[in-house]
Amino acid sequence: MEAIRILEKPKSKQLGDLSDPEMFRHNLSINVQDVTKLCAQLEKMIFIRAVEESIAELVRDGEVKCPCHLSVGQEAIAVGIAQHLNSSDRAFGNHRSHSHFLAMGGDMESLFAEVFGKETGCSKGRGGSMHIYAGEVGFHGSVPIVAGTIPVAVGAALSAKLSGSNAVGVAFFGDGACEEGIVHESLNFASIMKLPMLFVVENNLFSSHLDICLRQPSDSTARFAVAHEMESRVVDGNDVVAVDKAAAELIERARAGHGPGFLEAITYRWLGHVGGNSDIDVGVRRSQSELESWKKRDPISRLYRALEEKGNYTKSKLQDFEKATQDLIKTAIEKARRAPWPKADTLCEHTYDEKVI
Amino acid sequence: MTKTISYSQGILEAFEYVLSHYPESFILGQGVWSPWYVGNSMQGLDKKFGKERVIDSPVSEGVCTGVGVGASLFGHKPIIVHPRMDFMILAMDSIVNQAAKWSYMFAGQAHPCVTIRSIINRGGEQGAQHSQALHSWFAHIPGLRVVMPYSPKDARDLLIASILCNDPVLYIDDRWLYEQEEYVEDIQEIDLSLQGPKVIRAGEDITIVAASYSCFLGVEVAKLLQTEGISCEVVDLRIINPLDITPVLKSIRKTRKVIVLDGGWKNCGLAGEIIASIVENIEPGLLMSPPKRFTISETPAPTSIELEKIYYPTVTDICDFVRTMF
Repeated sequence: MEAIRILEKPKSKQLGDLSDPEMFRHNLSINVQDVTKLCAQLEKMIFIRAVEESIAELVRDGEVKCPCHLSVGQEAIAVGIAQHLNSSDRAFGNHRSHSHFLAMGGDMESLFAEVFGKETGCSKGRGGSMHIYAGEVGFHGSVPIVAGTIPVAVGAALSAKLSGSNAVGVAFFGDGACEEGIVHESLNFASIMKLPMLFVVENNLFSSHLDICLRQPSDSTARFAVAHEMESRVVDGNDVVAVDKAAAELIERARAGHGPGFLEAITYRWLGHVGGNSDIDVGVRRSQSELESWKKRDPISRLYRALEEKGNYTKSKLQDFEKATQDLIKTAIEKARRAPWPKADTLCEHTYDEKVI
Repeated sequence: MTKTISYSQGILEAFEYVLSHYPESFILGQGVWSPWYVGNSMQGLDKKFGKERVIDSPVSEGVCTGVGVGASLFGHKPIIVHPRMDFMILAMDSIVNQAAKWSYMFAGQAHPCVTIRSIINRGGEQGAQHSQALHSWFAHIPGLRVVMPYSPKDARDLLIASILCNDPVLYIDDRWLYEQEEYVEDIQEIDLSLQGPKVIRAGEDITIVAASYSCFLGVEVAKLLQTEGISCEVVDLRIINPLDITPVLKSIRKTRKVIVLDGGWKNCGLAGEIIASIVENIEPGLLMSPPKRFTISETPAPTSIELEKIYYPTVTDICDFVRTMF
């Protein structure tokens, strides 16, 4: 019997080598039986990066003007998780969600049209880069209030549970969102209701310009999952094999009715918070040398080298794929340029679904 | 069949109707399993329809409201309950940024048809954070329908219509109306988008515009002034966003005088919006006196009963004010 109990504090540097760009640079360790899947994942990551680099260029050129938050360098997370989702699942994103949209199979041409603000965009030019939608593939929307879609995804999971469907709710958010209170309400609610839900934190160690160490007493957000008695994994977010494995475990548990999971993937964005530049001078503690170092922990080349080493992917195949991707992108951009603008008389459409007297 | 129901019975019957007829509906909110049952307006729903569909929640206004938005995107008709409006402020992001904008942001590809029930609950020395009537804030937001029933029939029928509406709806009821009774017909479903302001008492000399509990005050004022030879027409707004000002203008073209009553504050409030809409649209020279508004003092709610007595407008206060307009 102790009337006063002193609890152990978590360590402030919980991530250790996971946040050290000098570590985890090795070629991924891969299984022979997974080669087909891994080649597809490699191509998906290359595709996402190429699309985002093209958008970065359009932003730098001033042709695309809406705020674009790009996830170049973070592709493995979206791809590894999307591997285990299908069109009946309910994924929601944030301001930095092109990768989620594309990984789940959202239409690339409609993404380009959307960032141009055109009627043919995935949100018909009403959304731009920060409000993208591909409900047909299970991506049910992204918004820039950083924790805004988390409770919405939890509601999607509650709906799945109530209707006996085996769909899961997925919320993609960043380390910065974890500083908003609604995250804790959402974790608590999902946990107490045992919902089929996956919380995904893409911890890229920065929120806008500010390093996580200047914002939180610990560098790992998975401590919040522990506080809510939730199954959690912390993974190298630049290792698609690790992300895939952790996601499979958590999503399978959730689908089977064993409750929500929390996946924290450690990564680093190669570009600035918003726009097409690397913004070295904007970030507190963000330096050219740190960026160069993280580029050596590239999720794409680590998988490519592993596949190439075992003869499962070749340089010429890579070049062919990159060329074909560039052609698709060029066509998409041309189409977006030529696409019609939303008509002036549609300005107020969709504010309400039903009539307004 | 006709019968008499109270305002709180109207709310209860609406919930029973929807939960019986629409298996995709469910309720989530604080206090729905408590013996208090949100002022008896949700009495026994958990026992009748099960705790899986009538869910008492953690003290988490934000996530519960967001959950309503999310569940409504996948075929459910959720009703989120905030037993006191002051606490709903913690759910502002889910209401203002998510529910109200979802349809527009994604160009009508998805509609969050969530109903958010919020209660104005004042008096009884509850003080500044247990007494607010913040309806004007929400009526400012395009995409959010804001419903404020005055009559027991509307409390019932507009709640059903709100839940069946494909847009997000904030349904605000007032505890000071719970005992009001009305003779009503059986439930008939109505289309919320076709509902608007109604004349609830005909008169000739002045139009009183109000919503919710302020309509109660308006009707009492009308009754009293009738004995003095002042004939008041009372218009019940019923739905304050989107706002249809036409029935208000029609009444004023007859009476040529108007006062707006509101249980909220004056600055940037509902009463000001009604007057602006009148002035913008009424023919010059028609009004025989400047349009007036009667609202609560520009201060938070006090607790002491002696201050409360003067804080909330009474029939006597409003009658005195209306007399000065003649």
